[in-house]
Amino acid sequence: MAAPRGAAREAVIVGVADAPLADGMLATPGTPLSAQARAARDALTQAGLTLADVDGLLTAGAWGVPGVGQLPTIAIGEYLGIVPRFFDGTNAGGSAFESHVGHAAMAIEQGLCEVALITYGSTQKSDRSRNLAGRPPSLGMQFETPFGLPTPMGGYAMAAMRHMHEFGTTPAQLADVAVSARRWAALNPAATLRTPIQVDDVLASPMICDPLHALDCCLVTDGAGALVMTTAEHARALGVKPVYVRGFGEAHSHLSMALMPDVARLGIAERTGREALDRAGLRHDAIDVVQVYDSFTITVILTLEALGFCAPGEGGAFAASRRTGPGGEFPMNTSGGGLAYAHPGMYGLFLLIEAARQLRGECGERQVRGASTALVHGTGVTLSSAATCILSLS
Amino acid sequence: MYDKPLPVIDPDTEPFWAALREHRFTLKRCLDCDRTHFYPRAICPHCHGDRLEWTGSPGTGTIYTYTVARRPAGPAFKADTPYVIALVDLDEGPRMMARVAAPPDRVRIGQRVEMVFDDVTESVTLPGFRLAVA
Repeated sequence: MAAPRGAAREAVIVGVADAPLADGMLATPGTPLSAQARAARDALTQAGLTLADVDGLLTAGAWGVPGVGQLPTIAIGEYLGIVPRFFDGTNAGGSAFESHVGHAAMAIEQGLCEVALITYGSTQKSDRSRNLAGRPPSLGMQFETPFGLPTPMGGYAMAAMRHMHEFGTTPAQLADVAVSARRWAALNPAATLRTPIQVDDVLASPMICDPLHALDCCLVTDGAGALVMTTAEHARALGVKPVYVRGFGEAHSHLSMALMPDVARLGIAERTGREALDRAGLRHDAIDVVQVYDSFTITVILTLEALGFCAPGEGGAFAASRRTGPGGEFPMNTSGGGLAYAHPGMYGLFLLIEAARQLRGECGERQVRGASTALVHGTGVTLSSAATCILSLS
Repeated sequence: MYDKPLPVIDPDTEPFWAALREHRFTLKRCLDCDRTHFYPRAICPHCHGDRLEWTGSPGTGTIYTYTVARRPAGPAFKADTPYVIALVDLDEGPRMMARVAAPPDRVRIGQRVEMVFDDVTESVTLPGFRLAVA
């Protein structure tokens, strides 16, 4: 990620896998641990590797907290029978996995590990464990939880309300992000919601937190995934087409919604996007396909502005489905995203999996032709964290 | 019986909640940089000095943004729906979250608000806002 092209120990992605879902639930019923284990084995097998080769382990648990999920790398390591020499349980919400890719790249480049495995799993839909209650009202949250802001969508709704106020963004523009996601999902047999929708369908869906309707919100599904990284040299020896990690940036700014510096502008994403592109030595026009976290429709608009694909305030017009949907000039969230593919609590790993599949040309009907460079951007908690990765075939 | 989440008051925040029980709103002010902050901390988040004092505030400000919860944040809030939660820019500078006691269709960004005190239990008074009389 920081190593110059052609340097020894360049970090690359060599395997990705995620668990098949049926109606948003694991097709093979299981636990967060068993689902992650199967995905890990599949991702390793793709690269000609086995669990015995893994010496770097990265995960962020959202299962069983409080409980084993508070010590996620230890819990997964035990389950898989892995004793890592490098591990990272960074949890910054949904963007954790973009951070993991950056951290794993640094560890691989520095020789701290040879094969890094990144995993995530959730059975939140099967368990019916998702709710809108806030965080426990202690420490900083004693000043927010007592007021009953539905979490997380309330914070995103506040951002959307302010964005509409400052820039004239409309509910129809927000809705168009969801329309685009469904158009991609229609081309992806693995997506959860494949029925096309129109802007009016979004606007007619129940209001949850003004101005966000039900169809402005991501899915609640199960899910499990895994991503395997090693050196480019190792990938060549394995005969695997490598996906290089060329740029990375991460940041976080707040946990309390009142302490987000500007709710209509993602300052941290501006920084991580710039740092990732600078480290990759690339400009925006070099990006062929974009995967950005779509927890809510407003998240996409804020992110595209922050990353510099359009000017502040122009995200609503820019994110129109004609541009970002299939056949458009700016292919984005090609799996259907968190709005239509799957959203198992934390979605960041699945953005990376789809980017790798696009670069490897494995996407069938939804394949972006000739895609060789991808930008992946994760957003976590309530616009609290950001991490950007630049992935490339060269 | 009040069944919504109550603040878990701790040694750092006891003076803040104690003042609210007396219907006084207070902020932490830094004696080094003269700025106030919210929520109250032991180190100034602006200049990182630790010479801080509690200072009284009139609790007036402007709605920075808000949402209307049509679905509750858990069953305890169901009876309140729909309700308005706002981020309010206090006149001293800090921003805070609280409920706005007003019909949702009357609330707008930029409106002036003033603090109200909601004695939800014997030991807890929550700050809230109402639309200021023009």
